[in-house]
Amino acid sequence: MSSKKDPQLPAERKGRFSRRGFIRGVGIGGGALGAGLLEKEATAAPPAGGVVGPGAIPITLNINGKPVNVSVEPAVTLSDALRDYLDMTGSKRVCDRGTCGACTVIMNGKSVYSCTVLAIDAQGKNIETIEGLGGPDKMHPVSQAFWNNDAQQCGYCTPGFVMACKGFLDEHPNPSPEDVKHGLGGNLCRCGTYMGVRKAVLEAAAAMKGAKKNG
Amino acid sequence: MKIAGHPVPHESARGHVTGEALYTDDLAGRFPQLLHAWPVLAPHAHAMLTQLDASPALAEPGVHATLTVDDVPGENDSGANRRDEPLFPGETMYHHQPVAWVLAETLEAARRGAGRVHATYEVLPALLTIPDAAGAESLHAGPLRLHRGDPAAELRKSPYRLDGSFEIGGQEHFYLETMASIAWLDESGGVAVHSSTQHPSQTQEVVARVLGVPRHLVTVECLRMGGAFGGKEVQANPWAAIAALGAWKTRRPVRVRLPRVLDMALTGKRHPFLARYSAGFDEEGRLLALEATLYSDGGWSLDLSEPVMWRALFHLDNAYYVPAVDVSGFVCRTHKTSQTAFRGFGGPQGMLAIEDILDRIARRLSLPPEVVRERNFYREGQTTHYGQPVKDAGRISAIWQQLLQTSGFAGRRAAIAEFNAAHPHRKRGLAITPVKFGISFTAAFFNQAGALVLVYRDGSVQVNHGGTEMGQGLHTKIRQIAAESLGLPLDAVRIMPTRTDKVPNTSPSAASASTDMNGAAVADACDQLKARLAPVAGAMLGCPPDAVSFSGGTAHGRGNPVQSVGFAEVVEAAYRQRIALFAQGYYRTPGLHFNQKTGQGEPFHYFAFGAAVTEVEVDGFTGEHRVLRVDILQDVGDSVSPLIDRGQVEGGFVQGLGWLTLEELLWDAQGRVATAGASTYKLPSWCELPEVFNVDFLERATEPGVIFGSKAIGEPPLMLAISAREALRDAIGAFGPGGVVALDSPLTPERIYWAIEKGRGNLILQTTADSGVIRA
Ligand code: FES
Ligand code: FES
Repeated sequence: MSSKKDPQLPAERKGRFSRRGFIRGVGIGGGALGAGLLEKEATAAPPAGGVVGPGAIPITLNINGKPVNVSVEPAVTLSDALRDYLDMTGSKRVCDRGTCGACTVIMNGKSVYSCTVLAIDAQGKNIETIEGLGGPDKMHPVSQAFWNNDAQQCGYCTPGFVMACKGFLDEHPNPSPEDVKHGLGGNLCRCGTYMGVRKAVLEAAAAMKGAKKNG
Repeated sequence: MKIAGHPVPHESARGHVTGEALYTDDLAGRFPQLLHAWPVLAPHAHAMLTQLDASPALAEPGVHATLTVDDVPGENDSGANRRDEPLFPGETMYHHQPVAWVLAETLEAARRGAGRVHATYEVLPALLTIPDAAGAESLHAGPLRLHRGDPAAELRKSPYRLDGSFEIGGQEHFYLETMASIAWLDESGGVAVHSSTQHPSQTQEVVARVLGVPRHLVTVECLRMGGAFGGKEVQANPWAAIAALGAWKTRRPVRVRLPRVLDMALTGKRHPFLARYSAGFDEEGRLLALEATLYSDGGWSLDLSEPVMWRALFHLDNAYYVPAVDVSGFVCRTHKTSQTAFRGFGGPQGMLAIEDILDRIARRLSLPPEVVRERNFYREGQTTHYGQPVKDAGRISAIWQQLLQTSGFAGRRAAIAEFNAAHPHRKRGLAITPVKFGISFTAAFFNQAGALVLVYRDGSVQVNHGGTEMGQGLHTKIRQIAAESLGLPLDAVRIMPTRTDKVPNTSPSAASASTDMNGAAVADACDQLKARLAPVAGAMLGCPPDAVSFSGGTAHGRGNPVQSVGFAEVVEAAYRQRIALFAQGYYRTPGLHFNQKTGQGEPFHYFAFGAAVTEVEVDGFTGEHRVLRVDILQDVGDSVSPLIDRGQVEGGFVQGLGWLTLEELLWDAQGRVATAGASTYKLPSWCELPEVFNVDFLERATEPGVIFGSKAIGEPPLMLAISAREALRDAIGAFGPGGVVALDSPLTPERIYWAIEKGRGNLILQTTADSGVIRA
């Protein structure tokens, strides 16, 4: 299975702030008791070299073309910042650790799992979320293609799929079915709507090309 | 235009594809002062809680309160079928069982607070496997038994006899939306709960029980669910109860949402089974007698394990007539999560057993498995081992024959033989298997449904019914049924979120029966409304009431299509004539009965039939496999919503494919779920999607006595994936010299690899003896 997700970690951050350690420590246990119970590797990150935090800090995120101010602890992911702090609930939190794609947003033109990006690391990036794509009355061609092909059942994976599809098509305007399989292989759907999604992506590709030609 | 039977997209599709559809936890931002909950987890599979001091949590900044057994004003139990699920246990019964909860201003603070809680335990021995539990006679239930004739005598007389046993793995639901609940105190002293639950009435019951208040004080709402698959039939209740208890204690809204890793560690799964059997058969492969014992791993509490076992026993025949039968089931009590409903509800495990038996019989006799299967089909007039006539039994053969044709089975069989002869390290396999699945709740009292239909003076309509939407398309079908019944366009009908204050005492959305039952209740309400509106419209049209018909948003006199009057005008006129514009509908499934003592009765309203042909390719070096092609023919009666039904067939098959070929649940020696995330628990992604996937519906299949002649579709397709398991067995067999291929489930690449190795071992021995040729 190949995934085009890019966690978008600025190289200079890696040394100062152990993202891996952080991700391991997040979302897996009930403090001292829970930590280590659920996943053997669950160890807290060693304290970083006095960079920021642990308290909340004000940051500015550029979401759907608008600057948004929010105050979050450095440990808060972009996914949690969107859902819990900014009430943008279109992207979903499902696996909490970069395995399902339900939290996909587009950052600087590439689709990323927002649960594996820290909100503070998303500063200065162009973040596109499903909320910026167009509502039910004026659907984006990708959403429209999902609708046309009944590419959803419970809908919980769908916003992530739509965003992953948009990110993929922005980069690969002429995908073959095989490309599609690889490009969107990082998104899970438990309802099993993959047949519809496969058709939707190909239809969206055609529609977006058409839109470009006409426009 | 006809609305029912027309392919329409999911009722919430626009919301789904734009991210605007809201789910329970998406509502958190709407609750000021919301408190977040985090559990304190027991670190042993089985232990006595010797001491618990939650107060240190309060020292953590942001922590507002703790919840322990002392805070429970009512009953400390959330059990659904038996009072065996203490919400705050004194004796912990599975690893990670919550013993207390912490409520805080942020989730992070709640989690830190939980880490400060002081708990000590006295560790007790834990039972973690079916053999251990069965050996220790640690049982929740059993033996449950169904029997006919004298199989022991028939077995002795049978020309051939097969004895065997195999293990059937469980399955994690992995509904994408984890357990979620938000509770608050409403404006009039009641408790309101948003819950991701398949059974709001039972969630209401459990909340009321824990709070010690009458049910009329509790309102539960389920907006929609991000998948459930049975996992939220009873197991949504404890989390709703914790949220409600928190709100009750703090007077603030409380949110409980399990992150994935907790959801997987704390909630029940599809039951793992162990099947033991003896089958007698003749040289043609005809079954003469069957004795079987099924053991399920029920986990720590009873939950739905008993009806799950009943359904497994009811489906041990699948589509086959067995003259003499004695089958029993035991539900083992282990120190694990409490296993629960999962799409198919025991049916898949029962069917897997008989399909395993038939394939072994075929290979034992060197007959094609599809021939042996067909020889054993039910014929018209035969009854099941529990005494129910198999109505429309002829459909089994009809579907079978049609699918053999349309899938080109015979030609592909020959092509595969050629392929296999030419490829020593890659083999293809092909199989066709049938499904006969009984529709209705086996708990007869659940087979009732209610609806409340409200018509407003502008002609717009609200429909309330007892079913919940989990992605299966129930609301879409109900909307079509209501629009069709009232002769309105779809847009005129709004389906309301499921609430216990609109329709009381509802049944869970389960057993594939939600459209049958709730749809019939809605149609009943709509028919009453039409009967009241017809005289009004007749007067306006100048025709007798019985000549009025409603369609396309108008009323018109039959035989006079030109003259018509708008539905809204009729409604307004009726209002002015003081005619009630709302109606309650009700439905109870007729004719169901079953006696658990005698094991006889007719527990099902009808059977849903289908069959699937699957072709696979297996790599002999790694055991990896690909599904090359799937052909399905399913009997859905007259489909109410073909697009929805197609999605259910495809999705059910893929989920079954996951259960049988990818998804392996592992527990470690301490009783922890070792596969506690999507990184270690392999779910079907679209890389496993069949390369060719043909789905067809049986034509001219009207089901009388069911809403609009339709048939249930939610669960049956899952079991069509058994064809993939049997195709894999066929491919594995092709690596060896033939003969029986014994397999446990799931068929992960690892298991396939070892089965091939075993077969190859046989190959060396046999070919050495036969021809002196050794092929390594
Ligand atoms: S929630 Fe982010 S990838 Fe699953
Ligand atoms: S539609 Fe339910 S998970 Fe994809």
